[in-house]
Order: sequence, then C-alpha cells, then structure tokens
Amino acid sequence: MAAISREEVAHLARLSRLAVTEEELDTFAGQLDVILQSVAQVGEVTAADIPPTSHSVPLTNVLREDVVVPGLTPQEALSGAPDAEEQRFRVPRILDEDVAS
Amino acid sequence: MTTTLPAYDEVVARYEPVIGLETHVELGTNTKMWCGCPTDFGGEPNTRVCPVCLGLPGSLPVANKAAIEATIRIGLALNCSIAEWCRFARKNYFYPDMPKNFQISQYDEPLCFDGYLDVEVNGELVRIGIERVHLEEDTGKTLHVGGATGRIHGATESLVDYNRAGIPLVEIVTKPIPGTGALAPEVARAYVTELRDVIRSLGVSDVRMEEGSLRCDVNTSLNKPGEEWGTRTETKNVNSLRSVERAVRSEMLRQASVLDAGGKITQETRHFHEDTGDTTPGRSKETATDYRYFPEPDLVPLAPDTAWVAELKAALPELPRLRRKRIQQEWGLSDLDMQSVVNAGAVELIEATVAAGTTPAAARKWWLGELSRRANETGVELADVGATPAQVAELQGLVDAGKLNDKLARAVLEGVVAGEGSPTEIMTNRGLEVVSDTGALTAAVDDAIAANPDVADKVRSGKIAAAGALVGAVMKTTRGQADAKTVRELILERLGAQG
Amino acid sequence: MSDLTRLSAAEIAGLVAAGETSAVEVTQAHLDRIAAVDDRVHAFLHVDTEGALAAARGVDERRAAGEEIGPLAGVPVAVKDVLTTKGVPTTVGSKILEGWRPPYDSTIVERLRAAGTVMLGKTNMDEFAMGSSTEYSAYGPTRNPWDLERIPGGSGGGSAAALAAYEAPLSIGSDTGGSIRQPGAVTGTVGAKPTYGGTSRYGLVAFSSSLDTPGPCARTVLDAALLHQVIGGHDPRDSTSIPAAVPDVVGAARLGATGDLTGVKLGVVTEFTGEGAEPGVLAAFRESAEALAKLGAEIVEVSCPHFKYALPAYYLIAPSECSSNLARFDGVRFGLRVGDDGNRSLEEVMSLTREAGFGPEVKRRIMIGTYALSSGYYDAYYGQAQKVRTLITRDFTAAFEQVDALISPTTPFVAFPIGARTSDPYQMYLADLFTIPTNLYGGPAISVPCGLSEGLPVGFQIMAPTMADDRMYRVAAALESTVGTFTPPAL
Repeated sequence: MAAISREEVAHLARLSRLAVTEEELDTFAGQLDVILQSVAQVGEVTAADIPPTSHSVPLTNVLREDVVVPGLTPQEALSGAPDAEEQRFRVPRILDEDVAS
Repeated sequence: MTTTLPAYDEVVARYEPVIGLETHVELGTNTKMWCGCPTDFGGEPNTRVCPVCLGLPGSLPVANKAAIEATIRIGLALNCSIAEWCRFARKNYFYPDMPKNFQISQYDEPLCFDGYLDVEVNGELVRIGIERVHLEEDTGKTLHVGGATGRIHGATESLVDYNRAGIPLVEIVTKPIPGTGALAPEVARAYVTELRDVIRSLGVSDVRMEEGSLRCDVNTSLNKPGEEWGTRTETKNVNSLRSVERAVRSEMLRQASVLDAGGKITQETRHFHEDTGDTTPGRSKETATDYRYFPEPDLVPLAPDTAWVAELKAALPELPRLRRKRIQQEWGLSDLDMQSVVNAGAVELIEATVAAGTTPAAARKWWLGELSRRANETGVELADVGATPAQVAELQGLVDAGKLNDKLARAVLEGVVAGEGSPTEIMTNRGLEVVSDTGALTAAVDDAIAANPDVADKVRSGKIAAAGALVGAVMKTTRGQADAKTVRELILERLGAQG
Repeated sequence: MSDLTRLSAAEIAGLVAAGETSAVEVTQAHLDRIAAVDDRVHAFLHVDTEGALAAARGVDERRAAGEEIGPLAGVPVAVKDVLTTKGVPTTVGSKILEGWRPPYDSTIVERLRAAGTVMLGKTNMDEFAMGSSTEYSAYGPTRNPWDLERIPGGSGGGSAAALAAYEAPLSIGSDTGGSIRQPGAVTGTVGAKPTYGGTSRYGLVAFSSSLDTPGPCARTVLDAALLHQVIGGHDPRDSTSIPAAVPDVVGAARLGATGDLTGVKLGVVTEFTGEGAEPGVLAAFRESAEALAKLGAEIVEVSCPHFKYALPAYYLIAPSECSSNLARFDGVRFGLRVGDDGNRSLEEVMSLTREAGFGPEVKRRIMIGTYALSSGYYDAYYGQAQKVRTLITRDFTAAFEQVDALISPTTPFVAFPIGARTSDPYQMYLADLFTIPTNLYGGPAISVPCGLSEGLPVGFQIMAPTMADDRMYRVAAALESTVGTFTPPAL
C-alpha cells in the first residue's frame, strides 16, 4: 500500500508554498512514497521509554547580555530585496489575513 | 446583520459563559529577543535590523538574558511554577511580517506554568487560573497600500518594516474561567487591568494597550446550565480595557442569538471593531494552518536553576493588590474612595506625590479632581496628563505656604500642564502669587470700607456675616491674588468687630 | 603548472612567513591553475580574483611591515558556497539565491581572514547541501579530477575537487550527513567533520541546524588540522557553539605522523563492513586497518546495533529541519522573485518563486519534512526519529567505553558515473550510509585516503568521541604516514 497519495503530495506542496506542476506531482508522489516507506523503518524500534534527542550538545542557558550592538544600515538591509519602496520591503497584495500572535 | 440581539440579562439567565484570555506583552528590554538590535519605538523603517532579525540566510538567534529573566519574574508574580527545563519551538507559517516564515515561540514546554492571579470584582476576590506564560518574538509591521482605509482588503501591495520583528513578546494564557455568569465581561476587564498593573509594577514593560505593547485576545463560549462547555471563539484586536469588556459582552450576545435560533457556534477567530463594538469572523480554525511545531534546533534548552529563580523571586516588588491594601490603610480611605483612586489609575501617582511631601488627602484631591478632569477632556491616561507627582507636590507646597490659594493654584496647574515650567516658575512668571503685603492689602481694605459705608456700619454693629461683601470687593480689586481669610481678618480688625 | 599549487598549506605558510615566496605569487599561481582547469572540473561557482589578490597584497604588506600575519598567512582557501561572504555572491548552489551578495561575513570566513588566508572564491555544491554527488547544483555538476565522467561526491564536491585538481591547497566544507567526508573519500583528499558545536554555524546557510557542521578539507591530515585550528572554537553568535578551546588537533596530527599508535584501541564497526559496501572498498579498508595494527594499534570488532536506523532517522530529521529552515526563501527580503506581474497575490508569487527557485531534491525534502512534522504524523516520524537518535548516541557511548575510536570505510562505493543515481533518490541517499551516524551523535569524524579500488580513491573513516577531535587526527596522520597520499592523473 502506498504511504502517501497524490492528493496528499498536493496538500504538502500547498503547505510548503510550492506551485508544483501536475507532472511533478506524479513524479513526486512515486518518489516520496518510496522514501517514506523506507524511513518508516524508524518505527521498528520500540522506544516507549527512550527520551528524544533534539540537540546533541549538552548545553543549557546560552544567553546574551541585553546590550545593543550595531546592525545593518537600511541600505544594507534592503540591498538584496527583489523590490523595495519607501525604505520598506515591497510585496504584492496579501490574501490571507493570517496573524498568529 | 439583521438579527436582533437578545437582552443581556436574558442571555445570562439562560446561558453560562466560559471565558479565557490570551495576553501578549512586549517587553521593554534594550535589545531584541535574539539579536542586539535596539527596541526603541518610532524609528525610520528598517533602521533597527540586522541579519538575525531580518532572517537572512545563515543568521542564528541567541536568547536575551534580560527577556528570560523578565518572563520568569512575570511567572513568579503570577504564582506560576518555573520549568526546570524547557525548550523553544518553531511555529511554522508563511507571512511576510515573519522574516523566517516561522516564529520562535514555546509550545508544550512553557517557561512558566500553572499559576493564578487574584482580581477584585465588585469587592469580591476572583481567582483567575494561569495556564502558562511563555516567551516568543514579535513580527514586523506591514503597511497596506492602495486600499481605501489602509486595510488589507483592496490593497494593491504591502510594504514591510522589520524594526519590530524580534522584539520579545510574553504570552500569558489563562485557564478557562467558568462560573462568572453575568459578571464575565467585568471579570475579563478586571483581569487584564490587574495583569497590566502587575507587569507595570515589575518594570518589564510599559504595557500600553494603545501603543500595542499589551494586546489581548478573548475566548468566549456559552453553555446551558448543567451542559458541557460550548464551542469557543477567539476575539482578536481588542485594544483597550473597555474593549475587553465590550468584546466579551458582544460575543456573548451574538453567540446566544445563534444558539437561540438553533444554530451552532463555529470555532473561529473573530475581529473586534472599536467603532461598532461588535465582532466579525476571521479565519476559521478548521482551515487553519498546521503550525508543525518542533523544538528550535538553533537554541539550546533553558534550565533555570533554583538559585537563579530564588534570586529573581526575592527581588520581586510588592504586588499591586497587596500594595493597594497597604496604601488604603495608610491613607485611611474607604473601599469606595480607594476604588475611585484605582479606577482613575492614580495609585502610583498619588503615592509618588505623597512621597514628595504632600498629604494623601491633598494629593488625592489634585489627581482625582482637576487632573482627572483634564485627562478625561483630552482623552489621555492620567499619567500622561502633563503633570508629574513632583510638580503636584510642589504646587501643594505653595498652597500650604500661603503663596497660592485654591483658585490661583488651579491657574498655576494649567500652566504646568501646558508645559510652562515648574509651579514656582509659573507663579512668578504669571504673577499669580497671593498678595501677602499687608500694606497693599490694608489700603485695598480701607478703599473697600470707604466705598461701602453702609456695609461697614452693619459690620460694626455686629452683623459680621455682612463682611463677605467687603471681602468680595477686596478680592476683586486684587484680582483674586489675596488670601480671602487674611482679607476677612483685616476687615474685621479695621472695623473693630470680632470674627 | 607552477610548483606552488602542488605544495601543502603548511609548506606555503612556511615559505610566505620566511619571505621565500609572496602571498601574491601563491595566489596568482592558484588563480592561473583555476583558469586552466576549472572549465573542465567546475569546482568553483565564483572566483573572487580581485578580492583574492587584494587579500594577498595585504598579507605581503603586513609581512614587509613586520606585523603579525597569522598562522596560515598567504595560503589560498576555497570556501563552500554555503557560507556567507560579505559582498561576494553566496548561492548555496541554488537558483533562489542567484546574485545575492550577503551584507555580512560568516564567523568561519572572518576567522579565515584573521588567519591571513586568501579566499579564492566559492565552491560548487549540491543545492542547499542536499545531495551526495554535486549533481543537484543548480549551476551544473562538478567533475571528479580522477575521472571527469564521475561525480566528486557531495554535497561539497566543489571543495573536494578543488583540492584534487590543485586549484586550492585548503577548502572549507560543511557536513550534515557526510558532505565533507564522502567527497573527501571519492576524490582522495582529507575531509574532517569537527564535533558539532566545535565550529561556528553563524553565516552557514542552514540545511539541518542540529546536524550541520562546517569543517576543514585538505590534501594532507596536517593541513586539515591547521585549518581546523584556525576556524574552530567558541562563537557567542551561535547558541550551539561549545564554550571550550579547540582540542589540540595540530599536535595530534604531528604525533600521529610519527607512525606510532601503541596503546590506541580501534573498533571496526561490524555493521559497516559486511554487505552494502563494494568489495574493492572493503579490501582497501581491511588492508589499512592491518597497517594501523602494524603501527601498534589494537583492532577489535564493535557492534553498533542501531546504526542501521541512522539513515531513515536522518532522512526524517534533516528534511524536517530543512522544511522550516528553507521557509525564509520566499522572494521578500532577498533572492529570486518570480511571477510578480502586479496582478498576482503574494501567496501566488511566493509559491511560483519557490517552485522556480528550488530544484527537485530540495522540493522533495521540504515536502518530506513538512509531512513528518504534520500533526498526526509527528510522533510516528519526527518524534520516533529523535528517539532513534538517542539510541544511536547510546551505541556510540557504549562503543567508546571499549575503544578510543571507531573505524569504517567512509562510503560504501567509489565515485560513481555522473547520472547513475539521479533517477532514484533513495539510491543516492545510500552514499551517506556510513557517515550519517556521526552526525546524529554529534561527534567528530574524518575521512582519509587509504587506497584505490579500480583506480579510484577509497576513504577510511575514523570516528571519535565528542570533543576528542584530536584523537581522530592522530590516527588519520598515522594512516597517512604508512599509506601515503594519492595523486590523480594529470588533467
């Protein structure tokens, strides 16, 4: 059985902001299926009492003093921008009124 | 909307509300959460940015110690447990005001959790459970261009400024608050007010709702008595204490009308409108993005040790509610009087004025009287009215010294609010000092007696009350700059009458 | 060809310090070599001729003035295009960053400048360091100087090929799942992955933050150690940087070069020396292990039972982190923007930009990562992979209680022909089978050339405990002292 359907791949592409073509969807669906079936091997390990590792360095509380350091000039900040206006980054009209916080 | 809303008392008779509040507080640290860019307000666009807060490829975050400490202090002030070990997490979503297209936040491991805040509503203490207090980063600001009202709809393009991106933001989430009945809107408001005062007392933020350094989302649901809690909505964009109260009330009425009509409440985000006082639907949670939280790999865990937490706890200031109790006793105020002081936002101002050498009664008179009136007229907070506690104390000192009378003092205060200088300077510059030169006063008194022989005779014959007319005449000639009591004594003395 | 390009970094630094040659001469010789061969090798994406010569002149002037010139002064270095270089194009091998000139330097590049090295330019790589052959570069593949029809490994194929083609004596790579060691192995050069946190990631364009490790590439073990010493050490701008001094890797390399491994106990990873590796690769590995035994090392077999889950765990963790790290490439603040016709919405323009800017392997990994982090799948995929990571770490810890270092072939196979594995992504992933466990654990590992199989180089991997980077240099230098270095046919 396939681990992932073409529709799921289309959904993943939307979530990832990738305007994939129909042709790509076909290719990716097959490839992702092979990869996901293979990586699912991690499930073979019974790991009920095993803590997860997110960081390999045994560090905690790495903090910075609250002191201002020089940053970029607006010219430097905007130097790589595809489009800028009034010293701001210009973007096309926004559809979503998505504000998380 | 053509639906007529039911009456509020009918709604609370049939339904029980459950509310919850999520509050975001921008911390007043010198620098941003993850980089050394300054956080000061109002700079030219994109002048407080660096590779980190612009999310440039290759940049990495390093946590601001002061922000972590401020969050722990808020947690302690809210009686929370402090996590012995916790991590930051990435909240993934695309939006142009988020430079990395993920927000560094905390997910299932908040820095502070399981606390409470006691608030007073109508003299009753209500304990609000605190679910969590965590730290995250603010977004940039987006300017929508080409639309009619600067709103996102109808705009042809948007312009982004990242000065605000990365400013530390503390999120404080209450547990669900059931059982408040008809008082739900007031409880919500009282909670946010108390929270604001607590945070202000810690000195970690200026908590100004109108400037957005304190923002509030309100969750509301209704259920019939004895039934399970209803589906909740989340109302955003609630930007004043008054709006907190209005938003809860308005959402209770709206939900009741939907339920009354046999409808179902949709779990959704709604937006509050200050002008109309009602809410409109935003994005529905059912189609909401899957934020794909996972532990932030660019940051290591936080593990505040007990000594550090104890040190922060020991340094907590007296919290507002307890301080108010103490002050009320010290000032000898009734509950009602104290309440009016609190409502006017005058506790700290009066306290500081008293500290500068004035009696509590006099300080209260100025702040609740003349200055509150002016604040209301101009629509600013009392603290921003233009007079400082030191100036008010100085003013009262001039009154106590007999250099100003009440009327003159009000005129001087006007000058203080207008920014003309210190009370003493204004008094001198405007020539408002009480005429205390007895020679000049005696002349004015003699003039008044000479000009009103009939009245003078009455007084001489013992009708002391008639002296008032002479006092008025003297005050008139001295343009109010005489001390009425002194004038009265002089008149009685000249006329050989006893006061 | 100038002799200067055949010298080691140590030799060049010595000659420049002694005034027997100038930094400008050395730099010009390498620029000439690049001009002569790079149209065939394609190791470089950008050659910074002006910048390199200016830096070289600076070194020569400082030397003439009697000033401190730095430990590697005048030595040319090629930098993988994954590190930001102020004002110098940084593409990460992707169309999405074409033409981007960062406004800041990475910490590694700052330290390279401070050490007096001369940056020649930026080297080719698989797009966003995702790949094992450099075929996934948006700017065309790099070719292996041993056989131009074969891959130079990846993702840092450019940095390895530049060494093997004598275009640079030193280069910088980054290793997320083997991207320094595997190219080193298939080009007959030395590649070291330092302890995670031992080298700064500030300015390293992130692929997988919890795994990415920048490190040194060279033709000799000593040169790699010299470079490691210069770029390593604590960086307050990287929260995951370890606040400790760099282990004495240079001293260890010199000690190893004496050819004495008495008292050193090495463990052959049982799981990596059975099926799965080419016979020629295994033969070269076994011979080298025997050579180490002759130098006094004690060789034992060590089983690491969870290593077989390293590849699947890696292909969940790395894509998950990458799906988030690469979200910022949206055509708003930098880089490519596609489809902004004044009509389309931001959402459409973002999606078209990312579609056009990313290659297929990057898209695959973004989608796998998005899937693995989704609610409903998180526990079974990402969560489980993180538990596997714990088990692999425990395998390493247990092994290092028995032995000083673990050894294995670096890769299961020698350089394969260009195009041989691009149609089946999973076949490509197998190239990193032996290198990935170290990344999940966070310890250091080095690949050093140990022989030839069918005329192509074979790499020998030495894995050491966290912050014991010096140990692997000692063993690597000892091996080098007995098997020698390997020179590709003339180009």
